[in-house]
Amino acid sequence: MKAFWRAANRGLFYLLVVFVVVYSVFPFYWAVISSFKPSDALFSPDPSFLPIPFTLDHNKNVFLQANFGRNLLNSLIVAGGATLLSLVLGVLAAYALGRLPFPPKNAVLYLVLAMTMFPQISVLGGLFMLLRQTGLFNTHLGLILTYLLFTLPFTVWVLVGYFRGLPRELEEAAYVDGATPLQTLLKVMLPLTGPGLVTTGLLAFIAAWNEYLFALTFTVGDAVKTVPPAIASFGGATPFEIPWGSIMAASVVVTVPLVVLVLIFQGRIVAGLTAGAVKG
Amino acid sequence: MLTQRQVRLAWLLVLPTLLVVVLVAGYPLAQVFYWSFFKADIAFVEPPVFVGLENYRFLLQDPDFRQSLWNTLKFTVISVGLETLLGLAIALVIHSNFRGRGLVRTAILIPWAIPTVVSAKMWQWMLHDVYGVINVIGVKLGLLSQKVAFLARPELILPSIIAVDVWKTTPFMALLLLAGLQLIPEELYEAASIDGATRWQQFWTITLPLLTPALVVALIFRTLDALRVFDVIFVMSGANPATRSLAIYNRQTLIDFQDLGYGSAISVAILALIFVFVILYMRTIGKEALK
Repeated sequence: MKAFWRAANRGLFYLLVVFVVVYSVFPFYWAVISSFKPSDALFSPDPSFLPIPFTLDHNKNVFLQANFGRNLLNSLIVAGGATLLSLVLGVLAAYALGRLPFPPKNAVLYLVLAMTMFPQISVLGGLFMLLRQTGLFNTHLGLILTYLLFTLPFTVWVLVGYFRGLPRELEEAAYVDGATPLQTLLKVMLPLTGPGLVTTGLLAFIAAWNEYLFALTFTVGDAVKTVPPAIASFGGATPFEIPWGSIMAASVVVTVPLVVLVLIFQGRIVAGLTAGAVKG
Repeated sequence: MLTQRQVRLAWLLVLPTLLVVVLVAGYPLAQVFYWSFFKADIAFVEPPVFVGLENYRFLLQDPDFRQSLWNTLKFTVISVGLETLLGLAIALVIHSNFRGRGLVRTAILIPWAIPTVVSAKMWQWMLHDVYGVINVIGVKLGLLSQKVAFLARPELILPSIIAVDVWKTTPFMALLLLAGLQLIPEELYEAASIDGATRWQQFWTITLPLLTPALVVALIFRTLDALRVFDVIFVMSGANPATRSLAIYNRQTLIDFQDLGYGSAISVAILALIFVFVILYMRTIGKEALK
């Protein structure tokens, strides 16, 4: 009898596991197969759960009709630029805050921490005017600079943690050998923070790649527009016809790079997320 | 001597970051405060007029503002509550030892990585009133007596949006709580087992009290996020007054209505609301990290 209950318990547990996995993965799976179904199979009262029949029409449509290729390139430029800039500035600041004597250290760290939680909407009007006045409205550089609002503080905060974790002796050895602090950072410390750079770089990239509010507000037309606002405003040939197949195709195309990154770097991402929130 | 050079270097290294903070946060924020005391349009077609606290007075009696505040609070409390419960359940599942654990951890990262705009679109399609898979499965399994227009019936829009948000953000909650669970020493459970405590008792006397710090951090984190909600609601129902959040109302006022003065006052109000939670957050996380 006891063995029965144990088996039942086990069975129930695995049922729960299966439920969690299906709940997490099914919506994306459904988007993927929807993007490969011809329209008549897509708009069917009894849809199939496999991409049969199969078509690449929606994917072709996305790239041929709309300026989606342009939007993708814009996303790549903006997210890549914001990530790179955050990493460069972030490493410098984090090294100073984590390893060097710096009197207003705590004040700056508090400022950085507060900034990680800063509501984008509160500076929307101010940034809008700033971009207009400086001629950076509807430019890649303008978008990259505004994205630093959320990528840079997070990068600094997490990297400070990484720098603090490095052993003192390394630095001291470098100083004894006559290295300047800057040489010590670039030649000794930086290579050791590699994993931290990968983690923060990934998280910054994903945040910038997914950003919607600024991209929607600070761009006009498709020249600079990134993918999220483009997908949100995808229309059909007529206002009454929503091209779900194409929307799903576009959605899958922008998400696949992220899913691949997550699959490869999942350990690092989890470490970064929890470091940003729990340990600091 | 070396120290003084180091201090100077430290300033030099921190300076670019401080400049960026001033440029993208400090200056625009000062602008927002400043213009909140004016009647002005964002393109300055008319010359701005100083009106003192008029915008704030208007804000206090603006039914649209009150409705968006109420929508935001409803959204925040319900979605964060559900995410916490679901996230805790998932964290407990992953924390126990079983085969395929890594797979589950990977699977739950997928909703987290998907852009909010994309997840909103995916769910809009799944919730489609005629061809949506949720209606199809629901009717087939007998859970729904007929197909439901989830995104057209006023009483179902907000719950649908919340369902999408819960799906997208529960993984984050689960991962934070999982990190908290992993900090609890295994010996405590062993000792409790020897003393004859049931699993249920162990959960209430060991797991929950020791998980509280992680739970508090995760709750504050998610609450801050939810109070700023824009993407998921805007994509699923636009500026519909019935679901419009504070952030949506604010953008609408500033950009669509071009009302710089009143829009800025709303921005300040949102900032004040969030500031309370940021202080709470800094007290819990900051203290530990800065000691």
